[in-house]
Amino acid sequence: MTLDAHVVVQRGSLAVDVDLTVGAGEVLAVLGPNGAGKSTVLRVLAGLLTPDGGRVALDGGTVWDDGAVHLPAHRRSLGMVFQDHLLFPHLSVTENVAFGLRTRGARRAPARAAAQAWLDRVGLAGLGDRRPGELSGGQAQRAALARALVGDPRVLLLDEPLSALDARTRLTVRAELHRHLAEYAGSAVLVTHDPVDAMALAGRVVVVEDGRVVQAGTPAEVARRPRTDYVARLVGLVLLPGTARGTTVELEGGGTVAVGEEAAGPVFVAVRPTSVSLYPERPAGSPRNVWPLRLASATPHGSVVRCDLAGEVPLTADVTATSFAELRLAPGAPVWASVKAADVSVYAR
Amino acid sequence: MPLPLLVPAAVGVVFLVLPLLALVVRAPWSAIGPQLAEPAVGQALRLSLVSATLATLLSLVLGVPLAWVLARSSIRGRSVLRALVTVPLVLPPVVGGVALFLVLGRQGIVGRLLHEHLDVTIPFTTTAVVIAETFVAMPFLVISVEGALRAADARFEDAAATLGADRWTTFRRVTLPLVAPGVAAGAVLCWARALGEFGATITFAGNFPGTTQTMPLAVYLALQSDPEAAIALSLVLLAVSLGTLLVLRDRWLGRSAAV
Repeated sequence: MTLDAHVVVQRGSLAVDVDLTVGAGEVLAVLGPNGAGKSTVLRVLAGLLTPDGGRVALDGGTVWDDGAVHLPAHRRSLGMVFQDHLLFPHLSVTENVAFGLRTRGARRAPARAAAQAWLDRVGLAGLGDRRPGELSGGQAQRAALARALVGDPRVLLLDEPLSALDARTRLTVRAELHRHLAEYAGSAVLVTHDPVDAMALAGRVVVVEDGRVVQAGTPAEVARRPRTDYVARLVGLVLLPGTARGTTVELEGGGTVAVGEEAAGPVFVAVRPTSVSLYPERPAGSPRNVWPLRLASATPHGSVVRCDLAGEVPLTADVTATSFAELRLAPGAPVWASVKAADVSVYAR
Repeated sequence: MPLPLLVPAAVGVVFLVLPLLALVVRAPWSAIGPQLAEPAVGQALRLSLVSATLATLLSLVLGVPLAWVLARSSIRGRSVLRALVTVPLVLPPVVGGVALFLVLGRQGIVGRLLHEHLDVTIPFTTTAVVIAETFVAMPFLVISVEGALRAADARFEDAAATLGADRWTTFRRVTLPLVAPGVAAGAVLCWARALGEFGATITFAGNFPGTTQTMPLAVYLALQSDPEAAIALSLVLLAVSLGTLLVLRDRWLGRSAAV
């Protein structure tokens, strides 16, 4: 393992206690809501924040061990990319990228040459003489990536590297970041609150909420089988905990759901809002999953209207604008919701 | 605009500007050339410029690190330290002069040791002028630089640390360039304050032409014997002050425009 850490930090009312391991060539995404302690963990890994306990090992060497070992930030072999790039405003772009090489003893000419080679790699050839203030947001973040990677660090830390960019720039910079991370031989840790960043860039995801890891796995596993409401919302699912017996799940909040596969014991039921249908009256035939609910709120969501439903089984339904108009629904209005058992996934809790 | 605000404001402007206008109007313009050509005047002016510049350099060497400690370090009793450092801002300069005398005078705590062991006497020398001016003016620099350090984004220093820079390298290559405008403004303020220093200087350094008689002291002395000379000397100091304001103009106006 190139990075092996157990981080314990108390920050105000937030108690952070997180284990992370990242192998060489691996990209780990730390996904979580704002204030979950993600950036705190990253700052501890970088040596910018002294933790209250635990252990941090980078590249086989222990850099922090509960007070016994403490290697300061500037002596750890790592590169870091910050949310708002933090390029030094008084230095040219080339000097910014060469900064890390110069502080580590490289001579001016080779440092500049290496910096320029990296600026070429990130598509900033010819912009090296500019000041950071003369770059666009995307260009500045590319320069920041070059600055972090130029010394070939064993560990790369990315703190919300795309969240300060506008939507279109984010798309292109994300694609480039993906390419550079694929070529990168060291361990990378990406902190983000955007599931798309995590899914697109990382080989493994840990979800951190309230300072704890609540779920870990590949992006596909996390997206398909969320284990907390936060993750479920991020990946667009409604999560219902319950107890399964055969193809029926007794929900914790009351009510039952028929599911497509047999299961037993404590489970999660995940429902995709697009597979929920709404009817003004009880639908004909005998679907197994049909509930009388009330409309709690309705918000436009792309080309559909997202309807949050309250009642025995709190669901969310995405319906087209046309059908929403035909239903003539006002908040609080009764509505029947139905979902096919085959469209409901179930997995152990 | 409401009159209760407008009238006092206008009176305030007149109050501040009229004395300066009087200085310009009453100046013996025809005699001013010969007045300023007097060797004694040149001597006082030169001494003022040299001692104020030395005091500013000393303030930079000691004050910038002090400002860094106040703004960035986590030592205990930092707020007490800041209060102590800024005492000279509000202390009557004469009291400062007396205090310096008690430390560096021949019978002073440190001065006696200097006198007995090194045969060095500080009071009533040009060195004493520089020390008195530094004592009074350095807090201006410290406050200005500390403010600039607090306003500067400390995360640039985090970025430098992840790039292998220790705190000293970070200070030299990142922090100092970032706060350079604040340091420059502080140095100009400090220099202007040192140039106008009177109370601490006359108390601790005396009033000897050529060694300790700076411009403000010369003005005061001249006012008693030769008022025209006093006006001429005052004009020189006024010109220097306005020049200082001009140097700082961009920074102050620029800042107020940005707010």
